[in-house]
Amino acid sequence: MRIEYYIYLSLALFCIGIVGVLTRRNAIIIFMCIELMLNATNLLLVAFSKMHHLAGVAKNPNAGIDGQLFVFFIMVVAAAEVSVGLAIIVMMYRNIHSVDINFLNRLKH
Amino acid sequence: MGATQILFWFLSILALVSAVMVVVSKNPVHSVLWLITVFFAISGHYIMLNAQFIGIVNLIVYAGAIMVLFLFVIMLMNLSTDTEPQKNKWLKLAGIIAGGCLMLVLVAALRDAEVAGKIAQLKDGDIGLINNLGKALFTDYVVPFEVSSILFLSAMVGAAVIGKKGD
Repeated sequence: MRIEYYIYLSLALFCIGIVGVLTRRNAIIIFMCIELMLNATNLLLVAFSKMHHLAGVAKNPNAGIDGQLFVFFIMVVAAAEVSVGLAIIVMMYRNIHSVDINFLNRLKH
Repeated sequence: MGATQILFWFLSILALVSAVMVVVSKNPVHSVLWLITVFFAISGHYIMLNAQFIGIVNLIVYAGAIMVLFLFVIMLMNLSTDTEPQKNKWLKLAGIIAGGCLMLVLVAALRDAEVAGKIAQLKDGDIGLINNLGKALFTDYVVPFEVSSILFLSAMVGAAVIGKKGD
């Protein structure tokens, strides 16, 4: 499959995630849109990894394996991020009884 | 048009439609369910690219663990649909235009990129198998691997400290 299709697919997913972050006010949905953007990046990394594997497999049988390991580490960081972020959202809900980010614009009360 | 191409377009359209539904759904639970559909479609792409380990880890970690965490938090909060006051219509429009402009700029920038004729290998190629990935992970990437374990520990402690019923 040509690499352009993967590039445009991940581009579209990433931009949908950006539009979600910009247009929604619910903190949980904003967080989910960030996950969507991370996944778009992961898909592109795997596609490029397979592209470089095809190009360099003659010299190095492990060509392109770095891309997939980066995806693995992105997943690790995303899992840690989700656990901390959801804890922050729960704490915010407990304090102000809302997950509307417009109430958070002062970061104080 | 072979079977792989039909599968590719099906998975791509499924991912895009579900991603749009994540953004436009009013109910947060529906958003989570659509996001799980996106993750399944992306896992299908991984498996088509013969990145089997990443595909399965994506299913287990994202669609399994992270999304269940989101669902638990949403159900804990008892959010109804009318708790989200609608944003100003013009702000929404501005967000959509900003995202569209970003997409336009990136597409325009990528039109001249040196990727014409490059192929992402489907079905063949065994770097995605757990044998090769594990060998690379525990030889070349062993230090980042250990660092990520410390990251997990600190994230766990951080989540427990933040989520504690304080003062």
